[in-house]
Amino acid sequence: MSHLLYMSLFSFFVSVVFAVLLKDRPRDQARFGAMAFAGFMATALVLGWLMYPFPW
Amino acid sequence: MRADAAARTDSGLVVLVGIAGWLVPGAGHLWAGRRAKGIIFLVALTAMFGLGLALQGRLFPFQFAQPLVGLAAFANLGMGLPYFLAWGAQLGEGQVIAATYEYGNAFLIVSGLLNMLVALDACDIAAGRK
Repeated sequence: MSHLLYMSLFSFFVSVVFAVLLKDRPRDQARFGAMAFAGFMATALVLGWLMYPFPW
Repeated sequence: MRADAAARTDSGLVVLVGIAGWLVPGAGHLWAGRRAKGIIFLVALTAMFGLGLALQGRLFPFQFAQPLVGLAAFANLGMGLPYFLAWGAQLGEGQVIAATYEYGNAFLIVSGLLNMLVALDACDIAAGRK
């Protein structure tokens, strides 16, 4: 399995737990979970690209 | 007098719900009547912990001479019963040379920390604060 898949799985599970913990209605949970997952993925990809030029 | 006894019973129940929630992920919510949330926590947190072990992460020892190792051990302990089962089965020894070692550690540590948060949330529900 790839690093991207591990990162996606981690983001998915953490987003699910926070969404269910912080929101009560299923609609709100789905929206919050999707936003959190997208935020995790986008942040990781942007940071990955920003670090790309650095050799250490 | 009755109010004091009721308050003591309530606080005892809150503590019991918290301990149940810590020992078995989601059990506190199941006890407090939030079945859907409890089942989701049980599945998600147990899956995270299992994935962490499968990815060759480490269950850290309580060595406070190395503060970060001690803190990681405390976070691992947050998972409750699955932690003790894995420890008893000698899982989680960690393979530092494995490419997935750090991923495994992240899964194991974060699942324990999230379970502590979930158990505290169950305490709040049992106490009527949520």
